[in-house]
Order: sequence, then structure tokens, then C-alpha cells
Amino acid sequence: MTNQTDNLSRAGAGFRSLSLPSPLRTALSLVSTVLLTFLGLLLVTFIIGRVMPIDPVLAIVGDRAPEHVIERVREELGLNLPLYQQFVIYVWNVLQGDLGVSVLTANPVIDDIKNVFPATLELATVATLFGVILGVPMGVLAAVYQGRWPDQVIRVVGLLGYSIPVFWLGLMGLLLFYATWDLVPGPGRLDYAYDGLIDTVTGVILIDAAIAGEWDAFWNAASHLVLPASILGYFSLAYISRMTRSFMLEQLNQEYITTARVKGVPEWRVVWVHALGNVWVPLVTVIALSYANLLEGSVLTEIVFSWPGLGYYLTQSLLNADMNAVLGATMVVGAVFIGINLLSDLLYKLLDPRAR
Amino acid sequence: MSSRSEDFSAGWRAWLLSSSPASRRQARLGRLYLGWLAFRGNHLAMLGLGVVLGLVILAIFAPVIAPYDPNAQVLADRLQFFSAQHWFGTDDLGRDIFSRIVHGSRLTLYIVILVAIIAAPIGLAVGTTAGYLGGWVDKVLMRITDIFLAFPKLVLALALVSALGPGIENAIIAIAVTSWPPYARIARAETLTIRNSDFISAVRLQGAGRLRIIWSHIVPLCTSSLIVRVTLDMAGIILIAAGLGFLGLGAQPPLPEWGAMISAGRKVLLTHWWVATVPGIAIFVVSLGFNLLGDGLRDVLDPKSGGQG
Repeated sequence: MTNQTDNLSRAGAGFRSLSLPSPLRTALSLVSTVLLTFLGLLLVTFIIGRVMPIDPVLAIVGDRAPEHVIERVREELGLNLPLYQQFVIYVWNVLQGDLGVSVLTANPVIDDIKNVFPATLELATVATLFGVILGVPMGVLAAVYQGRWPDQVIRVVGLLGYSIPVFWLGLMGLLLFYATWDLVPGPGRLDYAYDGLIDTVTGVILIDAAIAGEWDAFWNAASHLVLPASILGYFSLAYISRMTRSFMLEQLNQEYITTARVKGVPEWRVVWVHALGNVWVPLVTVIALSYANLLEGSVLTEIVFSWPGLGYYLTQSLLNADMNAVLGATMVVGAVFIGINLLSDLLYKLLDPRAR
Repeated sequence: MSSRSEDFSAGWRAWLLSSSPASRRQARLGRLYLGWLAFRGNHLAMLGLGVVLGLVILAIFAPVIAPYDPNAQVLADRLQFFSAQHWFGTDDLGRDIFSRIVHGSRLTLYIVILVAIIAAPIGLAVGTTAGYLGGWVDKVLMRITDIFLAFPKLVLALALVSALGPGIENAIIAIAVTSWPPYARIARAETLTIRNSDFISAVRLQGAGRLRIIWSHIVPLCTSSLIVRVTLDMAGIILIAAGLGFLGLGAQPPLPEWGAMISAGRKVLLTHWWVATVPGIAIFVVSLGFNLLGDGLRDVLDPKSGGQG
């Protein structure tokens, strides 16, 4: 317990001196940590934007522009100001949701991101569900049958997950399930026939189609989603099953398990209720982390499946040297990452009475 | 003759396994030998070691092993299937895929080694300094580390490469910049466990400065867990490098980088599947090798982390 509070006060630099009630202090220190990290994130994207070799002024006016035009544009962009002032302006703009204008689409970057984000969200969510629904029971079985074949299977699944390039697995999936066996439709989120048929409400096609009652479109979207989501989900399955296994092993060696067995609780109840019940709390953190990691895997998967999400947007902007869009998308991914981590921290505190 | 050599090796083994070593070197070599014996018993780890050694040999002798020039285009022979002339077929420019895979091993090794050489010392320096000095230095350094951990690796690498410009050197820099934070975390954790030990106090009382304590007493103790982590990360580094190559931001054509080869094969995937499939298998085999090797090393060097948790 002392260790716990010590850690917290260390994280919340400076809040130790204030004698606030403990939950409030915890929340404050968490918020200050998150704000600092977010500021650092902005600093990193700011620096990346400033060290790039492409001169933003020349990109606008062209390299034949006369000197005074270059000077004026430089002032308009605020590039004549000292760096720290530029950074303050940058942070101010980001806080107001202004990420600049994309050169490629001529839209504000924030609007572009709002358009593409639901596609990534849909993909990553279904993939995580896949990973949890299969991964947790697999991890439990591996722990119960430690050293025997279910355990070996999990080990192999994990090793493959850490060794296969996700984009290559996607290509192989397309080759087999789409081109050879014709079990799933090709790349994209919908067949052309359904394009523009559904009004955008949330941007998540499955939900939008269900709201509109267009069940044909719903099933079409679902069939498009199956392959990319299961390929992406495989990687979260590998991670989740491995972690579930080690958490379960830890629990199964505890004395309360022996107690439960001795007093005659059926074995399935011991495993799936007593032990697994205590594993859920750390597992939430693992699932949140794997969800955040899918953002990364989705960049490459979206390219392979022409999935119009954040990763696709990021790489398209990259290949066209559209720096505002690249930095905006990077910043959003980082912010989502921080957000998910914060959420998993809070959930942990909420679920585990010892951490309160 | 054979019995003499057996006697000879038995003598060595006895010297190595001696429970009362006469010199520091004997003790150190003996420990290494014990580690090797433990490692040798792990078949999967040995397989991993074999794959990694195979990669090194392939890279060193690439011009001898490869039957063709990796960049020689023979358009008449383009997109051929496996044959005695072209073991893994040819790509869309009529280049021999087997030769390109063999030469690509050099790029893979080059990337992995350079990233490790750049990232591991940075992580080690940051982590040990933060852990030993503590206080505000620790807070600042660890906050910076956390900021870098807040980005998904690939996305930060993408942003960096887009700023620096595509190319294999910039890809290496970008991957190194995204790889050091976990090493700093590990080094710091190790340092925290040893900074209050008696032998550190003894060194300090003898008048050793902070730098000397960190450099010659703490750093050596952190290296074994760091080596394990770096080896385990090699697979991840290979996958990220391949991902950058696949997106056209890593090694540039005509370099036979495996990720870029998959990207080129993607255009003809549905008609000539092997062009994209073979380089993927190469990436998979090498990553698997590093993963198995890393798992084995962890069991030997870092037994407290235990099993395959």
C-alpha cells in the first residue's frame, strides 16, 4: 500500500505537498501526467514539422517567386517568429481543432480525419473483439493444460504473431480467400452497388446500415470486414492469449484455488469463475494496449485492403509530401494512444479495489 | 588419436566446470559455458541460432551464393515460375528472385545491426542515468521516455521518414529513434534494484564519481537483460523495416529489400503469386529465428523473468 501511494505521488510531481483527499489527488496527478505527455507529443510533431527539408513557403509560392513575396508569405505563416512563439501558436491551433489544410484534398485536416477515423475504428474494434473472444479462452486452456498440446498451440500462435509481417499476411489472405476460393469480397468497405446508399450517421458502416435498416448493405459491409478484421485480429489474439495464459498460471498457483478445489467446487467453476474472475482486471489493461497497437497494424492492413481509414489517409498524404495531413494524423494517433492508456489506467483503478 | 582429443576436451570441460576457479577469467568462462549448456538443451533456441547464423553466412557470402546479379534484368524471362534455372522464379523485371533474396539478407542485417548499435546505448545511457541519479533528472528523462512511448512505433517512424525523406539510412534513424524507450525503461528498473546494494556503497566510499559508478559498475550489470530485450526486438525491427520498405519509404529501388520486393510483387499478386510470397517467407523465417533465439537467451541470461510469460 505504501508502495502504491509512493508511486502515485511520484507520478503526480508536486501534488504531494497539497493535502487533498486521496481519490482527487490521484485523479489530478493522472490528469497532469496526461497533459504533460500530450504537450510532449505536440512538441515532437512540431519538431518533425520544422526539421523537414521541404520549405513550406516555397511549397506555396514556388521557387521562382520574388523575394518580397517569399517574405510576405513567411510572415503570414508566422515562420518569422521565434520558435517558441511558433510552438505556442501551434498548440493553440491544435487545441482549437485547427490542424491546417491538407494540400492533397484541400480540406481542413481535421475534417479529413473525422471522415476517415470511423473506418479505422470499425476495423480495430471488430479485430479486437475477434482477439478477445478467441484469445481469452485459448489462453485459459493453455494455462490449464500447461505443457500439453493446447499450450504448444498457443505458443506457436504467439510466435507466428510476432514473426509474420501483417501486410504480407493480408496479401496472402486476399490471394487465398478472395482470388483462389472466392469466399470473401475484394478490397474496400462496400461493393460499388451499395456505394452512397447509406446515409452517414456515425461513419461506422455496420451501425449506419443497421440504423437505416439496409440489411443487404449491412451484410455486404460485414463480408468486406471479415478478412481484414480477422487478419488484424490474429495479432491481438496472439498477444491476448499469451498474456491470459501467464495471468491464469499465476492465479492457478494461488492457495484460494486449492481451497476452492478442496471444498468441492467443480473444476470448470474453479477455472472459469474463480481464477478467470481475478484475471479480468489486469486483462483489461492488456486488451486496451492491444487495441491501441491495432492502430499501428491497421496502417499497413488498410493499405493492403484499400480500407479508407486513418492509416490509408496517413500513407497517402505521406507519399504526396502533404506534411499538414501527416502531422495531423500522427498527432491524432498519438492522442488516441494516450487516451486509451489513460482509460485503461482508470478502468484498472475502478475494477481493482486494491488500487483505489 | 581420437581418445587423445577426447581427453583434451574432457580436460577443458573439467577446467570450465571447476567449482573452485583459480582466476577471474576461468570463473567468467565457466559461467558462459554453463549458459551455453543450458542454451544447447533448448532445441527451439538452437533452431533460432541456426537461422540467425544462416542469415549472417548468407549475407557475408551473398555474391558467391547468389547465382545471378540481383539487379540484372532479363525482360524475356520475366515472371517465370520456380525452375532449375530460377529456384524462386523471376519478378516483373526478369530478375532472379533467389539472388535478390540472398542479397536482401545484407540489407536486413545492416538495418538490424545499425538500429541496435544506435538505440541500445541511448536507452542504456538514459535509463542508468535516470535510475542512479533519481530526483528531477529521473523525472525529466522518464517523462521524455513516456512521450516517445506514447506513439505507436510505426506511425512515429512514418512521420520521421516523411520529414527526413525516404531511404534506408533515414529509415534506420527513424526506427532507432522509436526503439530506445523500452531499453531506457529496462535499464532504469535494473539500476533501481542495484543502486542501493552494498557493493555500490563500497565503491562510492572509495571515492568513485557518479559517472564511474554508472559506467563501470551499473552498466555491465544491465547489459544481459538489455541483450535479451534487443534480441527479442530484432524481429520487430525487421518487421517495421519491411513495413517501411513495403510503403516505399525504406530502401529504394533497385535495392533488393524484402519489404519492397513484396510491394513490387503485390502488383502481380493475383496472376503470379510467388513474387510477393517468397520475400514474405524470408522475412517470416528470419523474424522467427530472432524470436526463438531471444526466447532462449532470456531463459539462460534472465531466468527470473521465467518461461514464456
